[in-house]
Amino acid sequence: MHFRIEQRPEPSAPMRIAAPVLATALTVIVGSIFFASLGHDPLATLYAFFVEPLSSMNGLSEWLLKASPLILIACGLAVGFRANVWNIGAEGQFTMGAIAASGVGLFWPNPESVLLLPLMFVAGMGAGMAWAAIPAFLRARMNTNEILVTLMMTYIATLFLSYLVHGPWRDPAGFNYPQTAMLPTAALLQSFDPAYRLNSSIFITVIAVIAMWLFTDRSFLGYKMSVSGAAPLAARYAGFRESAAVWIGLLAGGAAAGIAGMAEAAGPLGQLSPQISPGYGFAAIIVAFIGRLNAFGIVLGGLLMSLLFLGGEGVQMTLGLPSALTRIFQGILLFFLLAADFFIFYRIRLVREKA
Amino acid sequence: MDLFIAIFTGTVIAATPLIFAALGELVVEKSGVLNLGIEGMMLMGAALAFWAVTAGYSMPVAIMAGALAGAAASLLFGVLALTFLTNQYAAGLALAIFGSGVSAFLGRGFGSDPIEALHRVDIPLLSDLPVVGPLLFRFDPMVYLALLMFVAISWFLYRTKAGLVLRTIGESPQTSHAIGYPVIRIRYMAVLFGGLMAGLAGAYLSVAYTPLWVENMTAGKGWIALALVVFATWRPLRILLGAWLFGGMTILQLQGQALGLEVPSELLSALPYLATIIVLVLISRNRQMLALHFPASLAKPFRPAS
Repeated sequence: MHFRIEQRPEPSAPMRIAAPVLATALTVIVGSIFFASLGHDPLATLYAFFVEPLSSMNGLSEWLLKASPLILIACGLAVGFRANVWNIGAEGQFTMGAIAASGVGLFWPNPESVLLLPLMFVAGMGAGMAWAAIPAFLRARMNTNEILVTLMMTYIATLFLSYLVHGPWRDPAGFNYPQTAMLPTAALLQSFDPAYRLNSSIFITVIAVIAMWLFTDRSFLGYKMSVSGAAPLAARYAGFRESAAVWIGLLAGGAAAGIAGMAEAAGPLGQLSPQISPGYGFAAIIVAFIGRLNAFGIVLGGLLMSLLFLGGEGVQMTLGLPSALTRIFQGILLFFLLAADFFIFYRIRLVREKA
Repeated sequence: MDLFIAIFTGTVIAATPLIFAALGELVVEKSGVLNLGIEGMMLMGAALAFWAVTAGYSMPVAIMAGALAGAAASLLFGVLALTFLTNQYAAGLALAIFGSGVSAFLGRGFGSDPIEALHRVDIPLLSDLPVVGPLLFRFDPMVYLALLMFVAISWFLYRTKAGLVLRTIGESPQTSHAIGYPVIRIRYMAVLFGGLMAGLAGAYLSVAYTPLWVENMTAGKGWIALALVVFATWRPLRILLGAWLFGGMTILQLQGQALGLEVPSELLSALPYLATIIVLVLISRNRQMLALHFPASLAKPFRPAS
């Protein structure tokens, strides 16, 4: 007797929905075992990780505040992923967006101008796109692997940020901390309620989700992008150039990440510091996968992932567990999701050996 | 002369982790599998080897522990990519993120004190030769091991039947399966070997190169190793040369800082990443050259038709 893997005649629709749920459940189970092995009461820890953050208004505000950039960036990345364009450098595009937007906010001649925020928005988006345009150009023209280039660009962006906040942009009144001065009030996205940090940038994310849905599910161009990802040869026969997919995919990701960077600098942080991103650019890759590269799936994926960030911070404060737990859970979640996806397309049969 | 010797030996040492990681990935990719998780495997190797030294184990045991940690991490990838037929890009990225999390978690107890680094070995008599002695015969054993691995892997891939089988599987798994080779099993072995080598690379970083623990101490070296494999157009000798090139870049950057060049240190630190991009561009433009040694089935999941 042995197991045999069989391809399903059609992908299993129930498994398609069950896979993310199953993956989340398995992640929680592994998490509890992990907490128990560290000597913490697993139920109490899980409560602190997943429930407590959502049990107060402040927690809910923080939840949406963190989900927003994740969903925004993942929407942009998914446009590329659908066409097999692997932008892994959203973290760098996010950083450049934050730098450009903060630069405008800090140095625009009229710091009270109502144009300041729109200008910062354009600067952030433009910088993110420009940073993504380099790998796009190299891939489209020189056939250079975009995974490696976008990653290298991320390291360069981080070093550039470090140079600015340690050097020319450092706040002279900042007690030698490597950070810029606070942005002027007109450069800040105001929160809805002074008690909480959630601000209007959430609307940008909502618009991005709808735009992505329209593009991928309702537009001919989006359809061609998906075809070129699933069947590059067919797309070429149909007259759709691969380089178009490369440009659109990378620029969409760069724009989204740049805007997210702007919203982070002008929102909860209000200045530039070396820790501008808690890893949103990398986590958004996982969000895109959990969301199956689909706009509404990404919303759910972003909410789940931001809960992991929030819970990670929570147990860090209440139980003294390290923040690295967040990344471990992110990795485990993606492992389980990828493994669970297998059962959408395949089933395992127990086969009796003939005597 | 002393400066030249310092730069030369520094280059060889800085290249050593890249040689381990890139040679391991070469074997993996030659079998038709793309594992993007090197950075994660290296970090796990670095963390475990460092932990073993602080826990009082001997140096060889610590390095072995690092290598095994890398192999264990690669097994996670292997199960996903080979058994569950997952998208290999996604599985590799998951491993990279997971490994950085696990290593940071393990590393929280390490403190900031340096450990006693792996000793260099002065090879008797030879190391006393003028010029040649300090240039070639005063390294730590891992440097020589890296070179030995280069010879062994070149010989294995191109001079043994097993190496031929591995390369055939990377070219056409369907054909290899039809002939009767256990494609999945061989790919598992390649992936495990790649993890072992990445673990060694990480161990070298934390117990020899910079014998102290810093979170994410690989600083992209795993990704540079991936770029090296492309740069080398999947050939071992060019991996060795490429690693020395990048090692040299790292050392020039450090020397530049030491000499107090009037350039921001961040710009110097960005050089290896810039160089990686430039080198990739130069190589990738020549599509014929890339295609020549490119494993045709790279990153394509394989399921034996039963």
